[in-house]
Amino acid sequence: MLPPAPALATTAGGFLLVLSIVAPVAGILLAFVLGDRHVRQVAFTVIPIGLAIAAAILLAPPESDGPLVYLLGAWPPPLGVALRADGLSTVMLATTAVVICAVAVFAVTDFRPAAADARAPFAFWILLLAIWAALNTIFVGGDLFTLYVALELLTFAAVPLVCLEGRAETLRAALRYLLFALLGSVLYLLGTALLYGLYGTLDIVLLSRRVTAVPGALIAAALMTTGLLAKTALFPLHLWLPPAHAGAPAAASAILSGLVVKGSFFILLRLWFNVMPGLPGFAVTQLLAALGAGAIVVGSIVALRQERLKLLIAYSTLAQIGYLFLMFPLAVDASGKLDSGGALAGGLLQAVSHATAKAAMFLAVGSIYAGLGHDRITGLRGVARALPLSVLAFALGGIALMGIQPSGASLAKELLLEETARTGQWWWAVVLQAGGMFTTGYVVLVLAHALMPSDQPVVLTGPTPLSRDLPALALALCSLLFGLMPWERYLPVPYGAALKLFGIDGLVKLLLPVLGGAALAILLSPGPLPVISSASWNTLRSVVGLCRRCSVEVGRRVERGDEVLRQWPVACISLLLVALLLAASMFASN
Amino acid sequence: MTSGVTVFGLCAAAAVGLGLNGLMTSPQPLRKIIAFNLLGSGVFLLFGIVGRRGAAAGFGNDPVPQALVITGVVVAFSATALAIALLLRLLKTSGSTTLDDPAPTSPHSDPSGD
Repeated sequence: MLPPAPALATTAGGFLLVLSIVAPVAGILLAFVLGDRHVRQVAFTVIPIGLAIAAAILLAPPESDGPLVYLLGAWPPPLGVALRADGLSTVMLATTAVVICAVAVFAVTDFRPAAADARAPFAFWILLLAIWAALNTIFVGGDLFTLYVALELLTFAAVPLVCLEGRAETLRAALRYLLFALLGSVLYLLGTALLYGLYGTLDIVLLSRRVTAVPGALIAAALMTTGLLAKTALFPLHLWLPPAHAGAPAAASAILSGLVVKGSFFILLRLWFNVMPGLPGFAVTQLLAALGAGAIVVGSIVALRQERLKLLIAYSTLAQIGYLFLMFPLAVDASGKLDSGGALAGGLLQAVSHATAKAAMFLAVGSIYAGLGHDRITGLRGVARALPLSVLAFALGGIALMGIQPSGASLAKELLLEETARTGQWWWAVVLQAGGMFTTGYVVLVLAHALMPSDQPVVLTGPTPLSRDLPALALALCSLLFGLMPWERYLPVPYGAALKLFGIDGLVKLLLPVLGGAALAILLSPGPLPVISSASWNTLRSVVGLCRRCSVEVGRRVERGDEVLRQWPVACISLLLVALLLAASMFASN
Repeated sequence: MTSGVTVFGLCAAAAVGLGLNGLMTSPQPLRKIIAFNLLGSGVFLLFGIVGRRGAAAGFGNDPVPQALVITGVVVAFSATALAIALLLRLLKTSGSTTLDDPAPTSPHSDPSGD
């Protein structure tokens, strides 16, 4: 039987959803009116307001009273457009507000109006607000076409952030990003047209009651999913991500890596869990998670081989995006439907933890870069003494990302592991553990270099104001403490899930990724290892040396393969292949 | 009547196919942008057909897809404008419009971009 119809009428507090979109847009318009000199004041007026709106939505009556709804112009769907905020939207709205706020504080000194290059600061603040407006629209949008427009707005705001510095290689990265994203969004639009032709509505709630497993709907689902995967940069459709995220200024990278990829991922969740939970079936979810597993392996191995810290973090984002897709097979219930249960909660929690932790890491690297004048990993010796707060923020962000208790990632991993045990899909438990180890690998590698004492004092080339380190530290702490938040109110997290993190087996869960990660870092990183040479190490070295040579060779091959996959024609063919495979597996299971 | 819809449907499919092919195979960014527009036009045509067949309540000439197409055209226009602006900036900065990262010493110049 169909679930009881959610009220198709504006609820009390529904206007908050409109405000969450209107506030940043009003800020943009005001900034254009007031001009270059006041853009920063405008941004810092709008950001507290937006934060307050997100907090108000967070504190609105809980999920059991139904989602917040606002009907624009009081026209009910299918003719009108509805805005809705359920638990997922609420969590994402709040996370976005927090990350934007922290990044804005970080960017205060870098993007002063009337700095040497007058255009970049103005553009940055405008684009920051535009990204916020687009993301909020994605989180509360109630029909697929509104989501399309919001997705495009998000891309249009994200692409110029990539090339704020105006260097040729960043322009090239931005153009590649834009063109590939446009290809993705046109596929999404094609799917939307097919769905409208079949069912005569694009409203998510109405569609969910009408969707049936007819060929048109399956093709539409495959096209839309492929388009969204291209925008989320799931392996092997990631050609644009590393240069775009590594080339942008630190504050922009934090937004791009932490928030922008989550926008298209969120639409994918909406499409699968809300619009067509009955369609995908077992085979498609396995395929998606297999791509995710590929992303984890390739992204992490290539990350371990990077010489520059920013590229390492960009590839880590690639791996973490793969991690997000492991939730899909775990959410399939006995009847082959996607169930909005623990797996969905785990996946979203992972997305939220990654958003905060990755933003923190990019910000920390930004202040290290500003302090040292470079971000070569092998040149990080002694930086922990020179820039203790930045390194601390990076370390805390990394620890949160690894899934050390009580971080949000650890709770997410716990939830997903429970689901693997419940559904008997042990192979995804292996991938989940391996993902944690790989993450630990590249975090430990960087920290090992940064914590080594330096022979000569580190010369700082730039000022290191506290306004750069504190927001990074705050975000990292946020991510680290996410496991302790009362998620039951917003997400289908079983009560007391957080308590399980601290049992005696919690120690095993702590040590396993740390030891595995350290081993992976030693085996796969091609550079000189930051180890003080001693007699015991020298005997060990001869044993490890052979293994290391082999695995470094494997890593080199993987990096080559990644380069091939990131060529434009190859990526386009992968895109078509993914679409075909998705469609074929959907036809097979329906 | 039905045959007209079919003909337009085939045209939409052809435009989508040509656009996809162009986006995939042509090395020049400007051609890619034009191919994207062709692809988009195919999708808009599909929306027109959907409206003509009367998707929503079964009545012909459903106006909602037309509203969607107009919005879609605006979005595609802005996308094209942004892409062209980036392309011009790239040409100005590096003197070439190739998207592959060239070796810094060999400026593979192709100023016209098509």
